[in-house]
Amino acid sequence: MTQEDLTIADPKMTAHGVNVFYGEKQAINNVSIDVGTDLVTAFIGPSGCGKSTFLRSLNRMNDTVAGAKVTGEIKLDGEDIYAPSMDVVQLRARVGMVFQKPNPFPKSIYDNVAYGPRIHGLAPQKADLDGIVERALTRAGLWDEVKDRLAESGTALSGGQQQRLCIARAIAVDPEVVLMDEPCSALDPIATAKIEELIHELRGKFAIVIVTHNMQQAARVSQRTAFFHLGTLVEYGKTTDIFTNPRQERTKDYITGRYG
Amino acid sequence: MSPGLVTNSVLASEAAKDLPAFGFERGAILSDARNVAQGRQEAVRIPAAAPLVEHYAAAGHKYAWIGIGAMLALALAGGLYAYTRIQPDFRARSRVEKIVMLVLLLASLVAILTTFGIVLSLLFESIRFFRLVPPGELLFGTNWAPTSGAPVPGTFGGIPLFWGTVLIGAIIAMIVAIPVGMMSAVYLTQYADPRVRRWVKPCLEILAGVPTVVYGYFAALTVAPALRNFAAMLGIPNASTESALAAGIVMGVMIIPFVSSMADDSINAVPQAMRDGSLALGATPNETIRQVLIPAALPGVMGGILLAVSRAIGETMIVVMAAGLSANMTANPFASVTTVTAQIVKLLTGDQEFDSAKTLAAFALGLVLFVVTLLLNIVALRIVKKYREAYE
Repeated sequence: MTQEDLTIADPKMTAHGVNVFYGEKQAINNVSIDVGTDLVTAFIGPSGCGKSTFLRSLNRMNDTVAGAKVTGEIKLDGEDIYAPSMDVVQLRARVGMVFQKPNPFPKSIYDNVAYGPRIHGLAPQKADLDGIVERALTRAGLWDEVKDRLAESGTALSGGQQQRLCIARAIAVDPEVVLMDEPCSALDPIATAKIEELIHELRGKFAIVIVTHNMQQAARVSQRTAFFHLGTLVEYGKTTDIFTNPRQERTKDYITGRYG
Repeated sequence: MSPGLVTNSVLASEAAKDLPAFGFERGAILSDARNVAQGRQEAVRIPAAAPLVEHYAAAGHKYAWIGIGAMLALALAGGLYAYTRIQPDFRARSRVEKIVMLVLLLASLVAILTTFGIVLSLLFESIRFFRLVPPGELLFGTNWAPTSGAPVPGTFGGIPLFWGTVLIGAIIAMIVAIPVGMMSAVYLTQYADPRVRRWVKPCLEILAGVPTVVYGYFAALTVAPALRNFAAMLGIPNASTESALAAGIVMGVMIIPFVSSMADDSINAVPQAMRDGSLALGATPNETIRQVLIPAALPGVMGGILLAVSRAIGETMIVVMAAGLSANMTANPFASVTTVTAQIVKLLTGDQEFDSAKTLAAFALGLVLFVVTLLLNIVALRIVKKYREAYE
């Protein structure tokens, strides 16, 4: 890996020498990576390579796992997110997350999207909240489908709609980074296509990091790709380079389907 | 050796003709002779037993041989029967399975049939009661002063008892049990270190294993006097040593593990993804619990609470010992009230004629209690089941 690949003019998040341990087991070994502000960054790699673990350390969701420990340095806008002075709650409001399986709350569609803005006190007036909800749902491409049934339960939507609802919920608090952990793995191809389209539209508004199993998806949606294997970062660079001209033998073997 | 057969043959002998007819004396002589014959004592203590010893020994000997013979014959017959049944097309395993299944079925039928029997006995005795006293009076009357003998109209009003039951079991006990049980469940599921949880949870469950009579002592001897003194200090009138509050508080403590373990299960059944989703939005653990976990767990928790209520209103020992027996209709928790179960105990203990309305009233009250707890249980289980399905 050469230095030029890592250089991003305006990084949103920077990770340096990051190790993640689950108890005795080391899941991530010395990973350094920069996440660009206006870019979609994809993490690819075989199952168990640590890409989801690394993603979860970017908004400290690993804190909720008993026995998890992170060492090294991860910065958001130059501020160390593992510093004692960092407010985890504030961090997670700035670095939002969309999960593998759609996980809407058992509340109405409206309340699902309004949940974040409410707890952060973003909308003092009902009208402000209505505006935030409408804007988030519109950005998530769900507004036209649900505008007449905002009071219905979020869990009554289809899988693809639920996932877009979760994206709307995540962007309703106006985060700076959106982390997506295999957001399409539980969805059919049509719903997947809609989510990918959505990622294209959201690019530039948020820094997006997406973990995916699907290499075609990484090639379609991202500008930067990082290939993880056995807890290490094997190669990181422009997506076009990774897929057309990988430097590392292991990357080449993986993307040509020799293993994984 | 069959003692009955041996004794019969001894009694039939010549020497037994002189035995006294009186039971105890006769028995003493016979057992004296038997003990000597069987070598359990050296010599007879009653002279009259001496001639019988020999007969006892002979008869014992004879029947011992007969017993051995019968046993051998039975074993042979069984062996022969089994031998003739061994055939290539005899499926022994499936036969054994069938027998095992039958035994298990019988075991489960015991419980079901017993319940059925209890319901029927309650029903029949209640019908006898309702022939003497109209059901409307029991269910809606407000004066409870049953007397023996012919029923006096207007003395079998159950409302004071129902009110006492509701005040203690459904109001005071729940005011104690619901918040404490819920909060301990939230602590154990969300905040407690696994090591703490390993210790605290069993400790909480021990509470459920304390016999209710022990809670009764505690309520009557410790909590009730303390509450009475406290009430007297505040200047509350009618403060009694037997108070609804003492019984209700102790009952609430008894129910805590029940509420807590139901709430624990319901909160644990809420998928981790739901919790992660809320935390990832920047909600604090506290906000996550209040706004996501508890609402999602609420149906299950409600079911648990209804089950707890049905247990509380059926609870007897605590109220018998601490709540008192005077049928007051009062909202003053420091006053003495009585409950359905306490009255059933009062009506059925002591000497009672079984056909008086007073005794039969116990069965009618039992029937009311049974119907109410049954309904509560059905509703609670429905809610719990429906909620479980929602997450599967």
